[in-house]
Order: sequence, then C-alpha cells, then structure tokens
Amino acid sequence: MKAIAYSGNMERNLRAIVARTYVRIVGSGREPSWILWDTVLPMLTLSTYIYVYKVMNAPPEFTGFVIVGGAMIAFWLNVLWNMAAQLYWEKETGNLEPFLMAPISRMAMLMGMAIGGIFNTTLRALGIFAVGIFVFQVEFLVVDPLAALLIFVLTLAALYSLGMVFASVFLMYGREAWHTSHLLQEPIYFLSGFYFPVKFLPFWLQVAASIIPVTFGLDAIRRILILGAGLGEVSLHVVVLAIFWIVLFFMAKWTLRYMEDHGRSEGRLTLRWQ
Amino acid sequence: MENSVETRNVSRIFKSGKTEGSTRIVKALDDVSISIRKGELFGLLGPNGAGKTTLIKILCTLLLPTSGSAHVRGHDVVKEADHVRKIINMVTGGETPGYGILTVAENLWFFSQLYGIKGDVAKRRVKELLEIVGLSDEAGTRMNRLSSGMKQRLNVARGFINDPEVLFLDEPTLGLDVLSAKHIRGYVRNWVNKQPEKTVLLTTHYMAEADELCDRVGIIHEGRIVACDRPSSLKATVRDKTVFQFNVSGSGDYERLKAVKGVVGLSWAHHIESDTSTLKVVLSDQAVASDIESALRASGSRIMSVTTPEPTLEDVFIHLVGKGLE
Repeated sequence: MKAIAYSGNMERNLRAIVARTYVRIVGSGREPSWILWDTVLPMLTLSTYIYVYKVMNAPPEFTGFVIVGGAMIAFWLNVLWNMAAQLYWEKETGNLEPFLMAPISRMAMLMGMAIGGIFNTTLRALGIFAVGIFVFQVEFLVVDPLAALLIFVLTLAALYSLGMVFASVFLMYGREAWHTSHLLQEPIYFLSGFYFPVKFLPFWLQVAASIIPVTFGLDAIRRILILGAGLGEVSLHVVVLAIFWIVLFFMAKWTLRYMEDHGRSEGRLTLRWQ
Repeated sequence: MENSVETRNVSRIFKSGKTEGSTRIVKALDDVSISIRKGELFGLLGPNGAGKTTLIKILCTLLLPTSGSAHVRGHDVVKEADHVRKIINMVTGGETPGYGILTVAENLWFFSQLYGIKGDVAKRRVKELLEIVGLSDEAGTRMNRLSSGMKQRLNVARGFINDPEVLFLDEPTLGLDVLSAKHIRGYVRNWVNKQPEKTVLLTTHYMAEADELCDRVGIIHEGRIVACDRPSSLKATVRDKTVFQFNVSGSGDYERLKAVKGVVGLSWAHHIESDTSTLKVVLSDQAVASDIESALRASGSRIMSVTTPEPTLEDVFIHLVGKGLE
C-alpha cells in the first residue's frame, strides 16, 4: 500500500465535522419516516393551540407566535434528545471508543452532529412554516431579514453549545441523565413561551425564563418575523444570545474535557448499559 | 532495538458500585511491565478477565492506569495522549463500530476522515482494504444488512484505515468463521513482515492464534504477566514435564485429580455431541500417568485413548497457572 497523506490538525477536525454531518444527513435521507414523526404529528399540537387562540378571538399574530414557537421547539427537542444523548448512544453502539481514540477534537465530533441535526431540523421547521403560511394563512412581516438570520444563528449556536454540555453529562451518567431531559422538556416549553409570548408570565417567571437561551431567541425571532422589528429593537437580545453562546461554548469545552478525564479515570468510557 | 510499547509497573484498580455497604475493588492489572519492540508482533494470552483488554485500553488512551507508566513510541499515554492517538488504532473483536444506515464503503470513509486522510487517498485506501477483507462486493451494502462475520471483517479493515504505527488487536478474530480468521491472521502477519516499522499487540485466548502469529507471547493471569518469551521458548519450558491427553467417556469434575502427587496442572473439555471429555494433564513425571489412569477408572470413567501430544501454549499455561484457559 502507498503511504497515506494526512491532514494537519485543523483540516483533520474539519474533515471529522463534515464526515459526522454526512452521517446525520444521509441517515435521515435514507429513513424518511422521520418526516411523519417530526413534522406532520407535531403540527397537530400546534393546530390545537392555533384553534384555541382562534376560539378566544386572540389577535391574529398569536397564530404566527405558535408557528414560530413550533419551529423552534424542533430545535430544542433536537438538542435535548438527539444532541445530548448522542455520545451516550455512540458508546452503546461501540462507536465511542474509535472516536475517542482518533486524533480529533471532541468538539469537532459534536459539531458535526450539531450541523447535521440543524440541517434536518431546519427542514422540519420549514415544513411547519409552510403549514403556517399555506394552511393557517399566517402573515410574516419581515423588515430586516439579516437581523432574523443573525438571531437565528446566535440562538442555534447558544442552544447547540448547551447541547454539547448535555452530551458530556449524558456520556457520564447515561440513563440517569435521561430523567433530566424529561425534567427539562415540559418546563422549558412553558418557560420559554413556545406557544405564547412570555410577557404574559409573572415577572419572577420571566426572570427564571431568561436563563434559557431559547427564550431570548424565540422572543427576538417573533418580534422580527411577526411584529416587523429591526436589528435595533432586538440589540439586547443579540448581546444576551452572544454571551450565552460564548459562555456555553467554553462550558461545553470544559465539561467535555472534565467528563472525558473523569471517564478515563473511572473506566466509565468503556462500560456499557450502566 | 527500539521499543514501540513499554509499560512499567502498570496497575489498574476498578471500584464497582457499593453492594451491601462495601465497595468492591477489582485489581485488573497488577504491576505489569512489558516491552514490545518495533516490528514485533506481540501476543498477550490469557483467559477472559485476565486483564488483556484493560491493558490495551490503557495503551489506547481510553483508560488511565491507577499507577505505573505506559509509553507508545516514546509518548506517555497519559500525558501525551494526543500524540499517541495519531499513530495507533485498535480493533476489538465482537464490536461493530460504524453506522448501520451507511454503506460499507461509507463507513470506512467516515473513519478515514477522523484521521484526516485526504479525499482520493481515502477512497483508494477504502477500496484496498475492502479487497483485503473480502468485502469489495459489499461496498455499496448498508452495514445493517451485513452478517455479523462481515461486520467483524469491516471492523478489522477499520483498524488499518490510518495505517497505524502501532496496532492493537483485541481478540480480532472473535466471531469470524475459520477461513476468514485465517485470512485476517495472514494479512496481519504480512503487514508486519513487509513493514518492519509497524508493531502489533494482539490479545487472544486462542492458543493456536498466538502460536501461529506472534514473535513473542506474554501470558497474563489475574492481572499479572506470568511468563513472556518466544512461543518456542515457552513451549520448551514444559518439555521436561510430560503432557498427557486422556480421552474419557462422560463428564465430571476432574479438579480432584490435582490432588494426585506429581500433577502440575490440568484442564478438560466436555464434548456434548459424543458425551466424551478430553483431559490435558501436565505431569512432573511420566510415571504419574498410571496414577491418573487409576484415579479416572476409580471414578467410573472409561479411558478411550491416551496420547502424549507435543507441548502447546495451552500446556505452558496449565503448567504456569495450574488450569486451562477456559
């Protein structure tokens, strides 16, 4: 066999990101049943909220709020169930050891999972938007599309960095961490105002909700897409989301390193079904 | 000659969850010191639970030693794990890493990217390895449609994807049919022979595999290396002993034969189909064989044949540990 040409550190990590993204995207394409589970069925819940608002004669923008909230729920669920559990499942399927033995950053592997997840979830979110526009006649008032894009990117960056923190915790605590996901799912639906604007919550609950990046992202995106706000009106959201992203990114880096070291020391990286 | 792998007094203790108020402590490795030379195919032979996999996982940077030090190509596996990872790979028998939804070729390509192997080179490498493990015809088949033997061959191919300087093979032929196992063994042997800068550490509990493949063999038992030498030298240590093989009817607990004076060790296997048992006994003196025959007859066993086979590594193990590998 001829000698192998290897890449430098940066290129190697980029290749790992692309490869892991490929698995996610190709995998979804080959098992299209997720379209039913992840797009069609969630629309039933969204429809319920929309009809409740219609019965209550709520302002028409509430329908748009529900659609945007439903689209963002998809990302939250992707972070909570796919991203967070990914390293755990890689361990159970025998992939974790080859990953950890490879000369790549663990962040690269998780980033590949995140990008693949974002790609798939964006398709789901677009499906929800399409239903909102064509079935429920939601009107979007986008004055500043770049602001919308910026908020969207920052929200996802913060959200998936949080997912990386969860991934390291799941890696160590496995099924025990599962309960945490259950614990986080419904309260976050409520606190982040996926189905209603958080301004209707009591002040102290709004403060509690503000520690969740998706709350800020969702509020800003709704302001931009439904109420026609521009970048200036969501500048505080941009700052907070950027801080969330930076803090959570470094927290993820630290927790991954800590959990890996701890796992190597305790032997938990190699034990299954703990 | 330069050492490729070196461990110095490596010990590893596992603490399991508290049961009935006390923590169970298992010493998986106990003061293990081995040196494996560059270009060597070194075998680690021992029964399940002897500590083989623990040692490999420490060398592969997946596990930290509780004490002692280990180096791969001069790099400390604890402090310089990133350096070690660039030059190693590992194949674990019975594992099937990869994604069922991807094809065989895609899976290998995926793992090649974790080592930063560039586009065309990766494709060429995937093609070559699939030919070597006999999976070329399955290149486009999804992994979840492969038989377990095929998955294991794919796993073996994955281990060679980065052409590692040091390759760790942990029971690599587990789950493979006889022909595939032979083919893989042949490839591993050639890989080292043709590239003297490569090193292989193979763990196995198949005596013949260790005997056939390895330049040197370390015998590990309960976390300790109890012998380490060339297979021929190890077998020579039991030449002054006498190895007898008794084929007897039925089955039984032959452990009591150890009480016969002059018995160094013994192992036995029961063959369900024929309802017969094969006993291998290492004796200090040929004369003791008649005492064994008497003891067997006294217990009601019918002796069907008695042979004195050439010593094998199993006999060495029996001699050192007092029992067989199973």
